[in-house]
Amino acid sequence: MSETLLEINDLAVSFSTQGGEVQAVRGVSFAVAPGETVAIVGESGCGKSVTAQSIMRLVPEPPGRIKHGSIHLNGKDLAALSDKQMRSVRGKQIGMIFQDPMTSLNPTLTVGDQLTEGILTHENISKSEAEKKAVELLNLVGIANPQERLKLYPHQFSGGMRQRIMIAMALMCKPSLLIADEPTTALDVTIQAQIIDLFKEIQEKTGVAIIIITHDLGVVAQIADRINVMYAGEIVESGTVKEIFYKPQHPYTRGLLTSVPRLDGDRSQPLIPIAGTPPDLFSPPEGCAFTSRCKYAMEVCRAYDPAVTHLSDRHFTKCWLQDERAEKPF
Amino acid sequence: MLKYILKRFAWMVLTVWIIITLTFFLMHAIPGDPLDVADVGSSDAASANLAAYYNLDQPLAMQYVTYLKNVVTFDFGPSMTSRSRTVNDMIESGFPASLQLGLATLFFSVISGVVLGVFAALKHNKMIDYLTMILAVIGISIPNFIQSMLFINYIAVNVEFFPIARWGTYRHVILPAIALASGPMAIIARLTRSNMLEVLTQDYIKTAKAKGLSTMKIVVKHALRNALLPVVTIMGALTAAVLTGSFVVERIFAIPGIGQYFVNSISNRDYPMIMATTVIYSTILVVMMFIVDILYGLIDPRIKLHSKED
Repeated sequence: MSETLLEINDLAVSFSTQGGEVQAVRGVSFAVAPGETVAIVGESGCGKSVTAQSIMRLVPEPPGRIKHGSIHLNGKDLAALSDKQMRSVRGKQIGMIFQDPMTSLNPTLTVGDQLTEGILTHENISKSEAEKKAVELLNLVGIANPQERLKLYPHQFSGGMRQRIMIAMALMCKPSLLIADEPTTALDVTIQAQIIDLFKEIQEKTGVAIIIITHDLGVVAQIADRINVMYAGEIVESGTVKEIFYKPQHPYTRGLLTSVPRLDGDRSQPLIPIAGTPPDLFSPPEGCAFTSRCKYAMEVCRAYDPAVTHLSDRHFTKCWLQDERAEKPF
Repeated sequence: MLKYILKRFAWMVLTVWIIITLTFFLMHAIPGDPLDVADVGSSDAASANLAAYYNLDQPLAMQYVTYLKNVVTFDFGPSMTSRSRTVNDMIESGFPASLQLGLATLFFSVISGVVLGVFAALKHNKMIDYLTMILAVIGISIPNFIQSMLFINYIAVNVEFFPIARWGTYRHVILPAIALASGPMAIIARLTRSNMLEVLTQDYIKTAKAKGLSTMKIVVKHALRNALLPVVTIMGALTAAVLTGSFVVERIFAIPGIGQYFVNSISNRDYPMIMATTVIYSTILVVMMFIVDILYGLIDPRIKLHSKED
C-alpha cells in the first residue's frame, strides 16, 4: 500500500470508573487507504466504537483517556492538534454516522439547519449556497423533494430516511474519510440493504474511504475491502474479505462465522454460538483474552500473549495455533 | 391554531369562574363578618344600613349572582375598609408597582437561573458547579421575607444607592426583586443543570460535535433549547410563587402594590377586595399557563398545538 489516509498505531484507550480502570482498547493498529472500505467487526463491548470515537477525539475525557498510541490522518498526528484545529478536522476531513438515526438528529431543529450548519462553520459560503449543496446531497442519498424537505423536522421522517439524512450530513464537506458506527443496526432488514447499497454508491461517486463498524457479518461481506476482527480491545485477525471469510485463522473469527446462518448451508446443522461472554476489561487476563471461550485453548494460551503471525501481506492473526509446535485443528 | 386559541380561551374563562366561585363561598365560610371587624360602633341600625349597602343582608346565592354580574363588567364594588374608595381605584393605584416588581423578578430569576444552571452543567463536578448548587440551596432554603430583612439591614442601610423602602425609581426595584427572585432562580438553576447534564449525553450532541461545531454553538443551539422545555413547564407554577411571595415582600419594603391589600383584606374580611385580588391573580396565572403552552410549541416542534378535531 503506497498511500495511506489514516494510520493508527498501538492505540490504547482506558476509562477510569469507580470500580477501576476499564481497558476498552488495548493496542490497536491498522491503516486505511484512500477510497478503501475497512470493517471493524466484533461483539458488543469489544472496543469497536471507542476505536472509532478515538479517531474523532470524541471519547469523553474524563473518564476516557488515550493511554498511548498515535492516529495520523494524511500524515498529521491528530493527538497533537489543539481543540480548535481538531474541530476543523471533524466534519470537514472526517464525517461520522452513528448507530441510532432516531436519536442522532436534534428534534428541535429543521433538517436543513442541521445539514448546513457544519459546512457553514467550516467553509466561507453563503446560506443559500449551503442549502443548494444540502439539496444536492439529499438527492444523492435518495431523498425525493429535497428542497421542501429542508424545512421539515426529524420526527417527520422515517428511520431509514433519517439515516440517509445523517449520511448526507456527514458528506456535506466532502470528507476523505467516513466513519460509520453501526449504521444499520437500528434499521430493519430491507432498509439495511438499501443503506448498504447507498454506501457503495456514494463511495463510487465520491471516492471517500469508509470505516464501517458492525457486528453484522452480512453487512461486512457486501461492502468491505478489508476486515479487522476485534476481541476484548485487540485486533485478533485482519485480512481481506476473502481471506477472513474463506480462510479464517483465529478461533474467534471462526466462531463468528459459524454463528451466522448461511443461505447455502446445511439447514439440519444447528448454528454454533460462541460459548461464554467476553472477559472483564477491568482486569484483562494474562495471555490470550479468548482462552476461556476457545475450544482449542492450550496451556500456553493462558500464560502468554500470542504473537502476531502474518499469513500474507494483508492477512495476520494473533493466535498460538499459528505456532509451528501447535497441532493444527483446522 | 385560531381554533386552539379560542378553545383555550373558553377553558381559561371557565377556570377563573371556578376559582371565583370557590373563593366566594370559602370566604363566606370564614367565621366572622366584615361588620364585626369594621368599626361601626354598637348601633344596630348602623350595622343594618351598612349590611344593606354591601348587599350583605341578602341570601348568599343572591349575593353570588350579583357579584358575578359585577365582575363581568369589571366592577369590583366598594371597599369595606377604605370607605371613600372603590376596589377598582385601589387596584389601579397599586397594580403598576406590583406588575413592575413581578416582571423584574421573573426576568431576573429566569436569566440568572438559566445562566447559572448552564455553567454548572458545563463545569460538572468542578468548583463552579459546587458553588452554584450551594447558592441554589441557600436561595431555596432562606425564605424571601428573611432575605428582604437581611437586605434592608445589611445592604440598604450601608449602601446609599439602594433605598431602604418605598417605590419610585429603578433603584427601588432591585433589592425586593432579588429577594423575590432567589427562590425561583435556585429552582430554575437546578432544573436547568440537571436537564443540561442529561441533554449533553444525547446522541445528537455527539452528532453536533462530530460536525466540528464549537462548544458555544453546541451548548446554545443544540443543548439549551432541549434543556429548557422542563424549565418552561415550571414557569407557570413559579409565577404563582412569585405572586404570592410578593404580598409579604411588598409589605416589608413598603411598596404600594396590591399585595398589601390582599393580606389586609383577609384579616379585615374585606370581601370585595379578597375577591378582586383573587380574580386578578388567578387571571394572570391562567394567562401564564397559556403562554407556557404556546412556548412549548415554539421550542419543540414535536408538540403540536391543536384541538382534537383538527
